[in-house]
Amino acid sequence: MRLDIRWPIGLMFSALGALLAVYGGATVHRPGATSGGIPINLSWGLVMLAFGLVMLAGATGNKKKEG
Amino acid sequence: MTHFTSLHWIDYAVMLVYFAFVLGIGVALKRYVRTGTDFFLSGRSLPAWVTGLAFISANLGAQEVIGMGASGAKYGIATCHFYWLGAIPAMVFVGVLMMPFYYGSRARSVPEYLKLRFDEKTRGFNAISFATMTVFSSGISLYAMGKLLNLLVGWSFDTSILIAGGIVLFYTFMGGLGGAIYNEVLQFFLIVFGFAPLAFLGLRDVGGWSGLKERLTWVAGANGFGDGAYTHTWAYMGHASQNPVGVEWFGLVMGLGFVLSFGYWCTDFLVVQRAMAANSMSAARRTPLIAAFPKMLMPFIVILPGMLALVVGPALRAPGNLAAAPAAAPSLTADGRRLTAPDASQASNAGNTAVEAMVRTPAQAPMIERSRGIIPPKIDPATGEPLRDGRGRLVLDYDLATPMMLVHFFPAGLLGLGLTALLASFMSGMAGNVTAFNTVWTYDIYQSYIRPGQPDHHYLQMGRIATVAGVAISLAAAYVAASFNNIMDMLQLVFAFVNAPLFATFALGMFWKRATGHGAFTGLLSGTLAAAVHHGLTLPIGAHVGIKGGYFGVIQTFPSELGQTFWTAIVAFTTCFLVSIVVSLLTKPRPDEDMKGLVYSLTPIQKDSGEPWHRRPAALGAVVLLAALALNLIFW
Repeated sequence: MRLDIRWPIGLMFSALGALLAVYGGATVHRPGATSGGIPINLSWGLVMLAFGLVMLAGATGNKKKEG
Repeated sequence: MTHFTSLHWIDYAVMLVYFAFVLGIGVALKRYVRTGTDFFLSGRSLPAWVTGLAFISANLGAQEVIGMGASGAKYGIATCHFYWLGAIPAMVFVGVLMMPFYYGSRARSVPEYLKLRFDEKTRGFNAISFATMTVFSSGISLYAMGKLLNLLVGWSFDTSILIAGGIVLFYTFMGGLGGAIYNEVLQFFLIVFGFAPLAFLGLRDVGGWSGLKERLTWVAGANGFGDGAYTHTWAYMGHASQNPVGVEWFGLVMGLGFVLSFGYWCTDFLVVQRAMAANSMSAARRTPLIAAFPKMLMPFIVILPGMLALVVGPALRAPGNLAAAPAAAPSLTADGRRLTAPDASQASNAGNTAVEAMVRTPAQAPMIERSRGIIPPKIDPATGEPLRDGRGRLVLDYDLATPMMLVHFFPAGLLGLGLTALLASFMSGMAGNVTAFNTVWTYDIYQSYIRPGQPDHHYLQMGRIATVAGVAISLAAAYVAASFNNIMDMLQLVFAFVNAPLFATFALGMFWKRATGHGAFTGLLSGTLAAAVHHGLTLPIGAHVGIKGGYFGVIQTFPSELGQTFWTAIVAFTTCFLVSIVVSLLTKPRPDEDMKGLVYSLTPIQKDSGEPWHRRPAALGAVVLLAALALNLIFW
C-alpha cells in the first residue's frame, strides 16, 4: 500500500476523540451537555481516542516491520 | 424558515477536522497518480481489508443512512431484508463466483467486461445507462443532503451542496479512485462512530429491545397490523396486507433477495470497481466477503434509529413530563387518533433538552404535535400545511427519522460528530458515483466512440475532466430529485429499470457459453422496456399517476411502492433472461477460444486450498452465509 491508511484514520480519530473528550470534560456540568444523564461527549470521545491510538500503533508497527 | 437546532463552535470544529483530513488525503495521494490505471483503478495496489471497507462504504451513501433510517421507521425491522436477504447472499456470490471473471479478464470496468464477453453494442448500452444512473444517484444524494442541512441547521441549500460537491471534486480530482477509496474507509469508521451512540441512547430511552418491541406494538396496531409486524422480519410475510412493506414472501425473495440484490451487488460498477482496485485476485475475491461482515451489522446502526424515531420523544411521554407544554401533548397517530404513553415510567428524561430546544419556537410546536414519535409530517410547500394521503392520514417525512434522532439525543459536540457522519455518508456515496462515472465515461464511451487510440495521458486528462463534469451534472440533478417521499424507493425503482435485467445478462454471460452478443443486447433492451411497461401499468395504492406509475393505464395496484418495485424487477429480469436465451439460440455463437477467462466452463477454477480458511473465498463465504442465516432466525 502506497500510503498506510491507518495513519490518517489514527490521526483523525485521535484528534476528534481528544477534542470531544476535552470539551465533554469541561462542559459536563453544563445543562444539556449530557444525554440521558450520560456524559456522552467525554465517554465517546475517549472511545474514539482509544480507537485512533490503536490505528496509529498498527501503522507504526507496520512501518517498523517494513523498515 | 425555521430549523430544528443550531450548532455550537465545537460542532463546527469537528466538521473542520474532518474536512481537513479528507482534503489532506487528496493532496497526499496526488503524487501517486501518474497513469490512467493509477487514476481509474488506484494502480490495482490496495489490500483486501481496504477495498472491502471501501466496497461497503461506497454503498453507504445518503440512500443507506437516511433512506434505511426512513425505511426503518416506515417498515420496521423488515427493512433488514435489504441486508440479510438483499445484500449478503449476493455479496458472497460475486466474491466467490463472479470476481474471477471481472478481475481475471483485466477489464477496467463492468461495461468493458460486457464488450469482451459479448460485443460493442451491449457494452455501449450498459455504459450509457450506467453513466446516467450514477449521476442521477449522486444528484439524489446531494439533494437529500442540501434539504436536510437546510431543515436541521438552516444552512443554505445551494451553499451546502456546492461545498460538499466541491470537497468531493477536490479529492477525486487529485487522487482519483485511490482518493475516493481512502476517504471511503475513513468515512466508514466515521459513520460507525457517528451513529452507534444513537442506537445505544435511543434503546436506553425506550427501555431496551423489549421496550422498543412493546412500543412498536402500539404503532402496528394503529396502522392495522398484527402486534409484531414492526419487530419481526419473516413472521408477517405470508401476505402483503399483513406487513408494512406491503409485499408477500415470494415477491420479497424473488424481487429483492434475487433480482434486485444480485442485479446491484454483482453488476454495479460502483461497488465492483472497489474490488478491481485490489492488489491480487485473492484480495479481489475477498473484498465483498470482508465487506459482508460489517454490512450485516449495519442495520443496528442505520435501521434501528429509524425504528426508534417512531416511539421516542414527546409522543410517548406522560403529559407534564416535559416542560414545554405544546410538545408534551400526546401526538396523533397517522390516522388521527391520540397516541398515549403505554407506560409513563419508561419515559426517561433523556433527550428532553434537545426536544425542548426544538419546540421552544411556537411555530415549530405544531410540527412536533402532529408527528408520530419525533418524525414530523411532510409539509406541503404550497400551503405550509401537513400533507395527507388519499385516506386522510398524515404523510410523515420519514427521511427525517434519523436526523431527528440526532437532534433529539446528541448534545453539542456529539451532534457535530453525527452531522459530520451524515456529511461523510453523502460524500462517500457521491464520490463512489463520480469515480465510477469518470471511468465508464472515459474508457467505455470516450475511448470507444469519441477519441480511440490516444496515449494514456490523454485519457488521464479526460478522466479528470469527466470528474468535474460528473460533479457538475450531479449538482444539476440535485435540483430535479424532489418527487419521492422516500429516496430509497426511488433508487430501488431506478435499479429495477437498469440493474434487474443486467443480472440476467451477466448470469447467462458468465455461466452459459452459448449466450451471444445479439442475445444479450436484445435481452437487456427487452428487460428495460418490460420494466417500463410494468411500472407504467401499475400503481401503489394511494399514489397518483405519474412518476410513481400508471402512465399507460392502471391494470394492477400494489399495497406499497416497494411491492410494485420488486415485481417490476422480477418482470424485467424474467423478460431479459428469456429473450436472451431465445435470441442466443437463434444466433451464431462465438468460438470457445475467444471466451477463455470470461465464461465459467472455459476458465480454470481458482485453487486456494493451501490458504488458511479466512483467506479462502469459499470458506469465508460459508461463514458469512451462516452468520446471515443466524440473524434471520434470531429476528424471525
